[in-house]
Amino acid sequence: METRELTCIGCPMGCPLTVELNQKEVVSVTGNTCKRGEVYAKKEVTNPTRIVTSSVMVEGGNLAAVSVKTKEDIPKEKIFDCMKALKGVKVQAPVHIGDVIVKNVADTGVDMVATKNITSLS
Amino acid sequence: MLNYDIVIAGGGPAGLAAAISAKRNGAQSILVIERDKELGGILNQCIHNGFGLHTFQEELTGPEYAERFIRQLLEEKIEYKLNTMVLDISEEKKITAMNREEGILEIQAKAVILAMGCRERSRGALNIPGYRPAGIYSAGTAQRLVNMEGYLPGREVVILGSGDIGLIMARRMTLEGAKVKVVAELLPYSGGLKRNIVQCLDDFGIPLKLSHTVVDIDGKERVKGITLAQVDENRRPIPGTEEHYTCDTLLLSCGLIPENEISRALGVEISPVTSGPLVNECLETNVEGVFACGNVLHVHDLVDFVSQEATAAGKHAAEYVLHGKAKGGKDIPIQAVEGARYTVPKTINPERMDEKHTVRFRVGDVYKNCFVSVYLDNERIIHKKRPVVAPGEMEEVVLTKEQLMSHSGLSQITVKIEEA
Repeated sequence: METRELTCIGCPMGCPLTVELNQKEVVSVTGNTCKRGEVYAKKEVTNPTRIVTSSVMVEGGNLAAVSVKTKEDIPKEKIFDCMKALKGVKVQAPVHIGDVIVKNVADTGVDMVATKNITSLS
Repeated sequence: MLNYDIVIAGGGPAGLAAAISAKRNGAQSILVIERDKELGGILNQCIHNGFGLHTFQEELTGPEYAERFIRQLLEEKIEYKLNTMVLDISEEKKITAMNREEGILEIQAKAVILAMGCRERSRGALNIPGYRPAGIYSAGTAQRLVNMEGYLPGREVVILGSGDIGLIMARRMTLEGAKVKVVAELLPYSGGLKRNIVQCLDDFGIPLKLSHTVVDIDGKERVKGITLAQVDENRRPIPGTEEHYTCDTLLLSCGLIPENEISRALGVEISPVTSGPLVNECLETNVEGVFACGNVLHVHDLVDFVSQEATAAGKHAAEYVLHGKAKGGKDIPIQAVEGARYTVPKTINPERMDEKHTVRFRVGDVYKNCFVSVYLDNERIIHKKRPVVAPGEMEEVVLTKEQLMSHSGLSQITVKIEEA
């Protein structure tokens, strides 16, 4: 039996959660004061995911950099692979919100898309 | 001299929402004045997600949230000036502004909306001893450098202050390859959202040291290290608890202060608690026809609430331009006591108010299993149980016109925290 300690992010209370795991199965969640804590803990120990946001450089645009995000959440352990894939990426202006900047970033099946409009200087 | 119905100082989230709302409520000519080179304000550098859950029921990044409002502004054909700084606003609502193309501009407005936002508390205001080497940044400056300009301000980082910007920057610097050694917080609790503590610190194993502060900065040309010490209950460093950290960068995330130099010069009365204007339920200041919204009024945690507040300010400013000051009724003061630090608005006029009005406030400490209570004179009308309230999260109570009108001879409204 394995136990994991987490802090619930559901509300400002931040209940300290203890999750008991048998192999990969959640056996129990304790320490939560409401249902949200249990749902969060189960997801967080079995399949933690995050949206990754960053920015990449732009050439010929009204701004030097354009902000980007993973279009959907990706597995938490892929965060740094995702950042590595963005290293050295340069895009040409113009850029529109939703434009794919890196396709299938770090083999997650998720695209990295622009979150800002950049107009071309020329 | 240029003439407009409404001039809005600031083109960030507050200014944008106020302008759109003013236009939709009948104001004809509106001018937004923005000092940066683009609209959107601080949202442009907040590239992380989590914005707009209340407004759009989805999680947007800052630039995406801003773009939705910028698009509406353009659709409404609202005029704006970029790279333009408001220098002065007179009581007669004459605005003096300047930019590089047009020089000094004089603009006559019928109503003014203050939407200048806030600025970060600086090292000077924190009284941290030590030399003044390079490598000390406010967290927001570092955020702009990394996210918008493509520079990494340092490689080994210590962050003082656990407000949301500091937490977000701990993650951001880590993702860009810097080593964030520790986040120190003077108070015994963090001012940031739980979600940010988990996803920005815990995810990356960055320690958070509560009740700690920076007592020395080492390095003459560039930061070489800092010394942290634990503080006692009076926030005084405890001798013997000093710990040295080598680092080349210190980020400061130690609170935000509404930027009200122009408001003060204009004669707007400022709350000593929020450092923002005192306003009535129309969000109008003591200077007739001058309204305020967003972080210049009080510092918000959620941009959605800024947009809501600014929408109300825009509507009231438009009504003022079209119909003049609403007459009748009496401004009832709202008193914040016992745990509640302030309220926005400061007064409410039952006759003039809408059917419902949301009063926002902050608490001064962490309270568990408490009640948020509202009294009309001595009669308690709201007694809302809250498992926890904290200074980092804005609270609200909703008052109805019916409640206020039916209480005869109402002279004071009181908001307080009552412990169970």
